[in-house]
Amino acid sequence: MLPTEVYPGSEPSRWKYLDRIRTRPGPFTNPDAFDGSLVAEAIENMTVLTVVELTSHSGAGGLGCEILKNLALSGFKSIHVIDMDTIDISNLNRQFLFREEDVGSYKAEVAARFVEKRVKGVKITPHNKMIQDFGEDFYMQFQVIVCGLDSIEARRWINATLVNMVDEDVSDSYKPLVDGGTEGFKGQARVIFPTVTSCIECQLDMHAPRAAVPLCTIASIPRQPEHCIEWAHVIAWDQETPFPALDKDDPEHITWLYKKALLRAQEFNIPGVTYSLTQGVVKNIIPAIAATNSVIAAACCNEAVKIGTSAAPMLGYPDENYMMYSGNDSIYTYTFKHEKKDDCPVCGNLARELQVDPDWTLRELVESFATRPEAQLKKPSLRGEGKTLYMQSPASLEEQTRPNLDKTLVELGLAEGDEIGVTDPAFATVMFKFKLKFRISE
Amino acid sequence: MLKIWSMKKEQQKAENAEGAAGGKKKVTAAQLRVQKDLSELSLGSTMRTEFPDQDNILSFILYVEPDEGMYRGGRFSFNFNITANFPHEPPKVQCREKIYHPNIDLEGKVCLNILREDWKPVLNLNAVIVGIQFLFLEPNASDPLNKDAAEDLRLNRESFKRNVRVAMGGGSVRGVLFDKTLK
Repeated sequence: MLPTEVYPGSEPSRWKYLDRIRTRPGPFTNPDAFDGSLVAEAIENMTVLTVVELTSHSGAGGLGCEILKNLALSGFKSIHVIDMDTIDISNLNRQFLFREEDVGSYKAEVAARFVEKRVKGVKITPHNKMIQDFGEDFYMQFQVIVCGLDSIEARRWINATLVNMVDEDVSDSYKPLVDGGTEGFKGQARVIFPTVTSCIECQLDMHAPRAAVPLCTIASIPRQPEHCIEWAHVIAWDQETPFPALDKDDPEHITWLYKKALLRAQEFNIPGVTYSLTQGVVKNIIPAIAATNSVIAAACCNEAVKIGTSAAPMLGYPDENYMMYSGNDSIYTYTFKHEKKDDCPVCGNLARELQVDPDWTLRELVESFATRPEAQLKKPSLRGEGKTLYMQSPASLEEQTRPNLDKTLVELGLAEGDEIGVTDPAFATVMFKFKLKFRISE
Repeated sequence: MLKIWSMKKEQQKAENAEGAAGGKKKVTAAQLRVQKDLSELSLGSTMRTEFPDQDNILSFILYVEPDEGMYRGGRFSFNFNITANFPHEPPKVQCREKIYHPNIDLEGKVCLNILREDWKPVLNLNAVIVGIQFLFLEPNASDPLNKDAAEDLRLNRESFKRNVRVAMGGGSVRGVLFDKTLK
């Protein structure tokens, strides 16, 4: 049953209860920050970015649909959504903005159209792209960013981008980041105020590493069906290379692995190897639970509303910034403060401006670090992005980069505004980043 | 936050446009971490690195030349490939020669706990390199990847030693031809 139009009568009543929250202070409202007469308007004027990027490979996902629906129903009127993925038939059980006829279409587009149809007055701009396709100018237009990403790599990228965007002189350059994630029955919601509170890089150790079985167990003493599948995947495949490269989405490849795993399982008397288990192990699928997605998405959008309205104290400022949720055995949540790391390579360590003369040789730059009061580095190693300038060690790299010492910064391809990373073994915990600022020599 | 956002939108837009001009090259966290790990490596006299592309520090070769133990006098090399997800993910390490070793299979896969199940982001490249060096000093028969070699080591240490020397010389052990790794 798919309603094709909004019942006109539903609109005013839809906002009735929300407006009570938006216009009246609650017991925890900070009277200095809250003005009920402004809230509705403020929220409507905010532009929210939802980053979902759900890759079909992982079998996770579904946060995006929830987040988009919640934001629209919370009164946000201007929403952008980034997702490069297209709809797969297997998404339909939990990604409720999609229907069978949408299979193959872009998720962002279909979701945007669906929500716009159901919630009058909301404008959702879809981007069928990757987050990395956009630069700072794009991210600058938003007031809050809500992420339902499923890869750590993408999270680290957006986090580093938002931290780098912070300009102390531009108050609008602080973009609160609301991040949600789920894995089976577990999930987390957190809010990051870039450079002010602990960032995703600081919290990297909160992500459970992929559970791995020792290679030797797989090679010699399998005990579980998963061990047999991993054996087919990491050992038998390499020995026999039945196809040039493993494509985890190719049923023929999965079938090959399944048959290999099955033979091995029979050899060791291990029951339970199936085609779908093979697919699950190889693609590292942890089944997504719709209820977990819905709890986490609700928590994230709640935070977005609080950031926008100051209606209640928000997660992330000043203290508790991380909410974990576990539905494994009944329901448990715990909210705590994850500390900012001083040596965080992203936020502990913002690029400082470094006045240099473009005609300096690299040697002069390296030597200048010994005398800079904030650095005083005796043996600095320097790299730019994609360019190794000078490494003091290991020996082979030192030898390879030594000729660079006599080149000027311009000859080395360095440009104004480029960042360089500086490390020194004498300061094991410190990494410096400098942003080059050219001055004209006299 | 509300107050911040109601401020001078237009002026900020102009400033933002200026700030966003030109994609300046930023150093990523993974690269910076690898740079730090490399500058802290202590390789000693038995190991050295080789970077096929000095600008790509995520990919290099480690040479190990044990000066004691059963593999003394050999030269073994390993490909190190580090992903953009480092240090969340461990580096990928593979032996480039076909060698006779209980913990390294004939395809070069290495069974070292910190390369797989026991990897933690607090570990660094030095820990991995020390681990690899240790495998040559103390091959471990209880975690076999090459079952034949492990069995050999467990049942008869002297015979295993002889077979290691044969394999290192480029000979064959039980019908498998190995790469010459003696210097």
